[in-house]
Amino acid sequence: MPNPAVARASRAGGPLVVGGLRVELIERGEGRPLLFLHPGIGIDAKAPVLDRLAAKAHLIAPSHPGFGASGIVPSITTVDDLAYFYLDLMDDLDLREAIVVGVGLGAWIAAATAVKSTARISHLVMANGIGIKVGDRETRDIVDVFALLEPDFNKLAYFDPKAGERDYKNLPDDEVTAAARNRESLGRFAWQPYMHDPKLKGRLHRIRIPTLFLWGTHDRILSEGYGRAYCAAIPGARFEPIEKAGHFPHLEQPQMFADRVLAFAGL
Amino acid sequence: MRVYHFTEQPYPAAWEHNQGSLRVNLPNRLMDPKLAGDLFHRYYDEWLLADELGFDIMLNEHHATATCMSSACIVGLSILARETKRARLLVLGYPLGHRPDPLRCAEELAAVDVISRGRLDMGFVKGVPYEFPVSNQNAVGVMDRFWDAHDFIVKAMSSHDEPFNWESEFFHYRHVNLWPRPYQQPHPPVWSTTGSPVNARILGERGYIMATLGTGYATRPLYDEYRKAYMAKWGKPPAADRFAYLGLVAVADTEAEARRIGKLVSIYLPSSAIVAPQFRNPPGYLSIEDNVRILRGNPRPRTGTKDGRFIDMRTAGVQELIDVGILFCGTPDQVYDQIVEFCDYCGGMGNLLMMGHAGAMSHEDTVTNLSLFSKEVLPRLKAYKQPVAEMVAA
Repeated sequence: MPNPAVARASRAGGPLVVGGLRVELIERGEGRPLLFLHPGIGIDAKAPVLDRLAAKAHLIAPSHPGFGASGIVPSITTVDDLAYFYLDLMDDLDLREAIVVGVGLGAWIAAATAVKSTARISHLVMANGIGIKVGDRETRDIVDVFALLEPDFNKLAYFDPKAGERDYKNLPDDEVTAAARNRESLGRFAWQPYMHDPKLKGRLHRIRIPTLFLWGTHDRILSEGYGRAYCAAIPGARFEPIEKAGHFPHLEQPQMFADRVLAFAGL
Repeated sequence: MRVYHFTEQPYPAAWEHNQGSLRVNLPNRLMDPKLAGDLFHRYYDEWLLADELGFDIMLNEHHATATCMSSACIVGLSILARETKRARLLVLGYPLGHRPDPLRCAEELAAVDVISRGRLDMGFVKGVPYEFPVSNQNAVGVMDRFWDAHDFIVKAMSSHDEPFNWESEFFHYRHVNLWPRPYQQPHPPVWSTTGSPVNARILGERGYIMATLGTGYATRPLYDEYRKAYMAKWGKPPAADRFAYLGLVAVADTEAEARRIGKLVSIYLPSSAIVAPQFRNPPGYLSIEDNVRILRGNPRPRTGTKDGRFIDMRTAGVQELIDVGILFCGTPDQVYDQIVEFCDYCGGMGNLLMMGHAGAMSHEDTVTNLSLFSKEVLPRLKAYKQPVAEMVAA
């Protein structure tokens, strides 16, 4: 039986193409659409959280333009561009009552999308999100990850730094290429202004759908105070810490993460 | 052949205090402004001497580093435009990738060209990787921004009848009208650097002067890429004056003394490489393919000897640096022979960018180096007949 959530998509079993851009896509499960927006490190199809989310929802997890194996076009250079890309994607897939879940960079994209339109979104989940400026001009809200070697990044980003280790010498070519593309694309979208859009905070009041902030409490890239300030800028948003997780709670606490998301959406 | 005297205007007094980085994060409290002032005056004195001795002059620009005090090359260009009499003034490079405002670039360079009465050579570069965290310009897409800035500057310098409009992806101006306009017509010569065959072809198509730095006996393939592209576009082979090469030079009356100087000047190579590793590779600076290679742990060696050995410039000794064609070192006869051998190998190279000073080399050693070179080597190089590329076996 065809899934009603993808009724309008004209893929006919082929790759998803949005605005002329070929999108790498993980799609699993049945039920209400759940659009998962990955963080700057990209998405791993083997990550346990994906199956846990797909157990009760129709998981749609694209690689952002320029990330993983997704294409990139010269006109997409900002997170704002990505937000319009995701509005188009939701239109093309005719998503209705979608649960949009973003982690890190993905949460920034989710917020930038939701301030424009929530017509196709019923619930928003923001996990360890970046994207706004909270502190004064001489306070760097977000650690400069471009000034960190990967082992040092892992120490700050994970509850257990080993969780971030990757053996690039022995990984398949496509995974190493994806890692290189992910880093370049994070630079494309987040180099300057660094990891935020100065306009976004003033627009967050436009998000008037149920919103949940999840927060891996061992994140040392972002402070919990940053997350709470972000949460406070969205009317009625709820804040829930997740213990024993850092900047990527979906990777370090996949069951807890999926349970919280699905319960919040009433699934 | 033209020979440009080059020093990075280093501040070596802080070098021993580095904690693994001479760049980006070395605190500037380690600089004594009084000593810096003395050093600047000394370096300008040496450039004035170079002007008298028949050299041309090259200067450059780097940021947040003790290896190069020239953080705004327009300052050095301005002083030399007024103080020198005859030397050409090459800035290599002028880092367009770090510049948010190409109108200001065009205005600065045009003024220097006028004050020097047409002696400016404009070497445009994208900028070194570890200075993108300093300028905060994005290295992703930098070559597109570089060429847009270049196109704008060239148009600004060569448009004279009415203000023009420029609304590109990167830069927005509505009334561009350069006062003063440049002295050289239609604009000062454009130079650039490259280490990649792709860029060599682009420069060849444009007919610009292409310099390579630190490429040693791996230079020829880059020159040949340039030649092919130049030939295809212009229907004739490029003259040797389209090519430039940065070489370290140490010349003395005896070989032993030359090697003493050679060791001092070659400190440039290891000191340049002292950069905190986290700043060396900003996203977008290198291609995806190069980054995959780095993640795999296979960086590409760049510098080869004539017989195909690869040398690590950070640890090489004087003899290895001579073998690799990075350092021209010895008596005047030896230095002349080394340079000519290198030119012959390249199939012609018309501009030697001579690093005649580096690190803590004294004023006396620098003056001796320049003076002896100008007396014994420079006249022979000026008379040297460049080979025709096709006649030289690669």
